[in-house]
Amino acid sequence: MKIGWLTLLLLLPFVGALATMLVPKAKALVAKQVALAFSLVTLVLTAIVAVGYHQDGAEKYAESHTWIKAFGANYALGLDGVGVVLVVLTALLTPIVIIASWNDADNGRWSSKSFFAWILALEALSIGVFAATDVFLFYVLFEATLIPMYFLIGGFGGAQRSYAAVKFLLYSLLGGLLMLASVVGLYVLSARAGDPSYLLTDLVKLDMSENTERWLFLGFFFAFAVKAPMVPFHTWLPDAAGEATPGTSVLLVGILDKIGTFGMIRFCLGLFPNASEWATPVVLVLALISVLYGALLAIGQTDIKRLIAYTSISHFGFIVMGIFALTSQGLVGSTLYMFNHGLSTAALFLVAGYLISRRGSARIADYGGVEKVAPVLAGTFLFAGLSSLALPGLSPFISEFMVLAGVFSKHKVIAVIAVVGIVLAALYILLMYQRTMTGPVREGIEKLTDLNKREIFAIVPLVVLIIGLGIFPKPVVDIIKPAVESTMQRVGVTDKAPQIPVTEGQK
Amino acid sequence: MIGLILPSADFVAPKIEYNELMPLLVVFGAACVGVIAEAFLPRAWRHLVQLAITLVAIIVAGVLTGFLIADEKELVAALGAISVDGPALFTWLILLALTLVSVLLFAERSLDGGLSAFAGQAAAVPGSEAEREGTAARLEHTEIFPLTLFAVGGMMLFASANDLLVLFVALEVFSLPLYLLCGLARRRRLISQEAAMKYFLLGAFASAFLLFGIALLYGYAGTMSLGGIADALQTQTGGDAILLAGTGLIAVGLLFKVGAVPFHSWTPDVYQGAPTPVTGFMAACTKIAAFIGLMRVFYVALGGTRWDWAPMMWVVAILTMVVGSIVAITQTDVKRMLAYSSIAHAGFLLTAFVGLAQAGSGVTNGVTSTQAVLFYLVTYGFSTIGAFAVVTLVRDAGGEATHLSRWAGLGKKSPLLAGIFAFFLLSFAGIPLTAGFTGKWAVFSAAWTGGAWPLVVVAVLSSLIAAFFYVRVIVLMFFSDLPTDAPDVVLPGWQTTTAVALGLAATVILGLVPGPVLELAARAGEFIR
Repeated sequence: MKIGWLTLLLLLPFVGALATMLVPKAKALVAKQVALAFSLVTLVLTAIVAVGYHQDGAEKYAESHTWIKAFGANYALGLDGVGVVLVVLTALLTPIVIIASWNDADNGRWSSKSFFAWILALEALSIGVFAATDVFLFYVLFEATLIPMYFLIGGFGGAQRSYAAVKFLLYSLLGGLLMLASVVGLYVLSARAGDPSYLLTDLVKLDMSENTERWLFLGFFFAFAVKAPMVPFHTWLPDAAGEATPGTSVLLVGILDKIGTFGMIRFCLGLFPNASEWATPVVLVLALISVLYGALLAIGQTDIKRLIAYTSISHFGFIVMGIFALTSQGLVGSTLYMFNHGLSTAALFLVAGYLISRRGSARIADYGGVEKVAPVLAGTFLFAGLSSLALPGLSPFISEFMVLAGVFSKHKVIAVIAVVGIVLAALYILLMYQRTMTGPVREGIEKLTDLNKREIFAIVPLVVLIIGLGIFPKPVVDIIKPAVESTMQRVGVTDKAPQIPVTEGQK
Repeated sequence: MIGLILPSADFVAPKIEYNELMPLLVVFGAACVGVIAEAFLPRAWRHLVQLAITLVAIIVAGVLTGFLIADEKELVAALGAISVDGPALFTWLILLALTLVSVLLFAERSLDGGLSAFAGQAAAVPGSEAEREGTAARLEHTEIFPLTLFAVGGMMLFASANDLLVLFVALEVFSLPLYLLCGLARRRRLISQEAAMKYFLLGAFASAFLLFGIALLYGYAGTMSLGGIADALQTQTGGDAILLAGTGLIAVGLLFKVGAVPFHSWTPDVYQGAPTPVTGFMAACTKIAAFIGLMRVFYVALGGTRWDWAPMMWVVAILTMVVGSIVAITQTDVKRMLAYSSIAHAGFLLTAFVGLAQAGSGVTNGVTSTQAVLFYLVTYGFSTIGAFAVVTLVRDAGGEATHLSRWAGLGKKSPLLAGIFAFFLLSFAGIPLTAGFTGKWAVFSAAWTGGAWPLVVVAVLSSLIAAFFYVRVIVLMFFSDLPTDAPDVVLPGWQTTTAVALGLAATVILGLVPGPVLELAARAGEFIR
């Protein structure tokens, strides 16, 4: 049997995880090197796939085998524009996190090799989630990602980590199990129509009554809303991100939470277009609340990691808003936002992690005047913060702008209110910077060392990409656009014709 | 109905289908041989010989059942008393497979100073001089092996009974050995005997309900055979009161054995008190036999009145899932926790049962109730015996350390054992890539196919509650500190190792590639009469 590209992408990190676990305990360094090597090979392979996708299209990568015939489940992988972007993000962030967390797990409850093995396992499962074109396979991998993340949070982190891990797991399971009910419902519909099949291509042909579609939609949407997370199902995120190591937080917010917004595009819009349109008003209001509430709470935080977690809730509000605006501009913007948010939040979490590991405290009040002692650290922190608040010229700006523009063309009031979120973003980032980095050097800060080479090495790719995509986002947008257009067709909505003609190239 | 007619001179011997009934006969025959061996063999030989007889009988019966399945022979045997149909054969096969694993656990002797987990001399008063002398003389009750064979034979008969009277006899045949086995623990004998007493009294009570129900149904239909009752439902008018009362009473008797709420209260006490290998055997095999018996009676005989009993079963299913999951949270003993978890699992099984997704009732595609239940029972049975096998290995001076607080930090002490137990728990919780998930999926889809989608919603919410207490144990094992007086993890002999390995392998394989077993369960088809 020929092994497909995507299967290879999925297997490689798995093999890496096993290999990492097999390294003897005494040779912790070798285990880390093995993990890094596997993640880098995966990255190279992903790059080849992404370039190939750009040139030859998606057909080359689709694979499908019957898995459980009685359930209609298939082992089916494939790519679309949205999937490619997120697979690339996953493959990119994993080696960065491994480098940045090189010493983070050394004094944990468990051996450090298990930390890196769980990271690789998570990478494999996440790639599978973004590539699955069968609902059953997607669900299985979606739930399976909880296990590595649960052990990453619970095994390596702050004092309250076990509480945070359980809270994370239970919230996710609540969403996941309700989704299971919807997944089972899809099976029943599919079996009534003929031979049961979970392939997305078969499911889109199903006829559903209005009520059925709405109920099934709600099951899926709830799971994704918990995952994303949207207010009011967000309270697990600050706890989890606050207790986990910075590397884990990056994987959690940067990759795992994207499954929620990814799922909204692929499954909510893709399978239940009418119900999605029906739910738009409520979802948009919830997203708006997420934007504002997340930002307001971020301003009030005293803990750096929790603050960043709340900023993400605000950002995810923007992403969901862009998706459910149901305009192509909003959808492209949201997908781009997912990618850019992964980059900027990764940078912010990692630099904050560097800072916290030096002082041994995550409290904002314990810092002051860091920029005098460790200028490079302060500089990267400011850069990451500015990208998070969507400074023009950096990549998040473009996506945030597109989302707002996309929402504005259909829902003016919501877009106008959402703009307040940008102002609040400036507040929470700059206030945090001011309190920690400027002012007189606080006690305990004098001896703070600046970033070492390894730490800088982990951040540089993020900085380069944030600036690069801020100036020239076209390659990513080109990949996303076709996928968004087919989704828009499926939903059956068209963009409102602009009243003032726009010139080509504004997008 | 028919008066006393003396048989005329030419007596015709009834035709018995020996070939099809051979698995049953092998098991019962071996049990009798075991009893004789117990009487005549010298003590030193008994353990080995009994184990050999039991294992050979189970394997031979299993192979014969396999042949019957391969031949696709389905018939009603022994003058309509026993129905050797697809579901019955499948059930025989899983019962025999799980009994094989359980017998390995029964035979384990390296955990407790070279002696088995069963009392040396059941008649000796606990704590007495006689008991100490018995232990010093290394006495063992090897009667457990024939008892087990009688129990599994009764279960096989129960799952294939096509006649209410045979059903009742089979129930007693498998219950009586179990009552005995429950009281035979070597450690903590008082609660073991208490468990046996409770189980016996409540079991007798439930049997009485069942018998009364049978009597009423006989009064309604004038026959004991399941097919005859189904025919009477079609033709007979009037007598509904007696029919409904009979249905309700039979349901009580059967749901008691299944361990469904509100007839579950014996489960935690008995599971806790019984010797752990026996608990595993009961939790897996009794549930399987009882469930198939329940389905057979209600689908075959009472299928015509399903609109009368389905609402009652809806309520029982919801209660079982919710109570099982919620009460499990408060448990502090690992065996009691697993007992409540088995109650919750009975609830999940009931959803498929009341889903009534049958090939006959207009459902042409998709998973049927029988298929889903059979498959779920396989996944549940192997994980359950595996989990109880792990429980036997965590010991301190007083025997098994079953209090949950004693399990703190187990992941530090023995990562392998704690990892395996965590895997079983994840399977019980229904996390994907484990057998528990595919099983849950099957029963939920059967329930929904039959239109019982509200039950599916209740089921997923109970699954969440259940997940909470499974995860709590994982947290305890992996994220808590190891106390100084932590119990030891005993190195098991080959018997327990094999049992755990089989349970683990089944849980992994049925989670990843459930296809073949599902196909087999689908081929089992429906009950015949």
